Amino acid sequence: MNALHRASVSPKRIVVISAEPFDEYSFSKMDQATPMRWLAVCGGIVGGTLGFLLARLTQEGYPYPLTTGGMPILAPWPTGIVTYELTMMGAVLTTAIALLVTSRLPNWKPKLYDPEVSKGKILIGVLEPSDAARAEIEDCLRGAGAEQVKATDRPGAS
Amino acid sequence: MAAKTPEQINEDLMRPLAGVSASYLIVLACFLTIVIAGFAAFGWQIYHGIGVAGIRRPVFWGFYITNFVFWIGLSHAGTLISAILRLANATWRRPVTRCAEVITVFALSIGAMFPIIHLGRSWLFFWLVPYPSERGIWPNIHSPLLWDFFAISTYLLGSGTFLLLPILPDLALVRDLATGLRKKIYTVLAIGWRGTSRQWHRLETAMHIMAIAVIPVAVSVHSIVSWDFAMAPVPMWHSTIFAPYFVAGAIFSGIAALIIAMAFLRKFLHLEEYLLPIHFENLGKLLLVMSLLWVYFVFAERLTTWYGNERSEMAVFWLTQRGSYSPLFWTMVTCNFLIPFPILAIKKLRTITGTFIASVGVVIGMWLERFLIIVPALSHKYLPYSWGTYRPTWVEITITAATFAAMAVLYMLLSKFIPIISVWELKAGLHEKPHPLRAVAQPDQVGAD
Repeated sequence: MNALHRASVSPKRIVVISAEPFDEYSFSKMDQATPMRWLAVCGGIVGGTLGFLLARLTQEGYPYPLTTGGMPILAPWPTGIVTYELTMMGAVLTTAIALLVTSRLPNWKPKLYDPEVSKGKILIGVLEPSDAARAEIEDCLRGAGAEQVKATDRPGAS
Repeated sequence: MAAKTPEQINEDLMRPLAGVSASYLIVLACFLTIVIAGFAAFGWQIYHGIGVAGIRRPVFWGFYITNFVFWIGLSHAGTLISAILRLANATWRRPVTRCAEVITVFALSIGAMFPIIHLGRSWLFFWLVPYPSERGIWPNIHSPLLWDFFAISTYLLGSGTFLLLPILPDLALVRDLATGLRKKIYTVLAIGWRGTSRQWHRLETAMHIMAIAVIPVAVSVHSIVSWDFAMAPVPMWHSTIFAPYFVAGAIFSGIAALIIAMAFLRKFLHLEEYLLPIHFENLGKLLLVMSLLWVYFVFAERLTTWYGNERSEMAVFWLTQRGSYSPLFWTMVTCNFLIPFPILAIKKLRTITGTFIASVGVVIGMWLERFLIIVPALSHKYLPYSWGTYRPTWVEITITAATFAAMAVLYMLLSKFIPIISVWELKAGLHEKPHPLRAVAQPDQVGAD
């Protein structure tokens, strides 16, 4: 990675693929900015609002007010429970959807990949290098100790 | 775990997916037969009506609701425990989490079926779903039974997602190692997972958020199940202690179920090098804590009732302490405390066999606890003229047995489709940064992975 950086390869063009997360290495720190936590909060707020409206409208509005025997028509405790559950459901659903969207999944189109990754190897790829830079990148990777250097025709890959 | 290369780990954990043995098929067929018998019993009940079950006035909640509470409780094995261990970054969790999460999803699905079976006219279950219908009514939001619908739906969705998301990298692993039709199937299932640093980061972030979200949901689910009872003015039900009592009991039975599942997986899938004695020992310690907590809750509940000396409550109290239900009550105490406590408290006994025996006791004891909460209270409710008894029929017993067999069938089938131990999490643990204290601690003072 450092060799590629020194060779002035843009970090946006570098892809690292592995069979497990390597939190302790610098490449795992790439591309970490994500709004997932805020999206989860927003999803929770939307879910909670829908839950509250569902509880409120079904008690007060449609098709006629519930007969409650003198109890408050909008009972706060049950409304709170339904609101709470749907808040959590909204947060969970949003998190799952955000994961898929920000990870660009599902995507069955051919992409830069090598099944050798599953055997414990780490793939360091450069996307769409210019022809002039290709040889330099390959030398750079070999010089840094790459076990194999491959060129691939897969779309958007080297 | 002895040092293993990624390829060895792949080989060991993919082996169960490679094929099926004759003994596997025989065991599967036995369980399937019981499941089919359960479906037949349910069909019999649909055809002849709910009268073929033993529930009748005054005991309208019998085996079905007992099973409902029991299975929902058991579901706390997985997602809750897994989420807590993830958030606490307990390194020993890695081989355990998926076994646990699978229990949650299956147990929750089985448990959620029981209110539908219990309805009698099961085909009308959708009346519980809140939607504007031609009947011109909405389900009653004030009813705890409707809260169940929201809570269980949320927990099932959360647990399902919590299980499925971290399976993606392992599906991709199977895809890469498989050939032929199997490769095509797993290519579809892996939905294009490659393992880029962006994908790993997003997955870990999502799991962190989900772990935070799913813990309060799990607590709320069993609290709401307890409120099915506590909201009713029935002797020994109308209690403020019920929610935490049920949650503690759920975690208690959940850990026991997890230990049992792990023991079977270890034995039959030959995972001895991955599911180590330390995993059983650590879970055994958790089980011990929960056993003590359970006894504390039972004591607190019984003491308060006894001290209050309210006539209708004492009728149920004595019925379970020294009346016709007392054999079941004292069996429950034996299974939940008298057997597990010494086994789990004495380090030498906290072995795989020891924790397994204690866990079997706890699962039996917790089923009895659910039964004893429901049936005696309903059979001795207030005025003696309305007292009655309950005897389960063959229909209820067959359906109950079928659900245990269904759990085994689902687990056996799943273990042939996905690695039952999370391969990527295990590998990630191999190159995890050592804990700062490890440098100064003695080797036997730090948890082995």
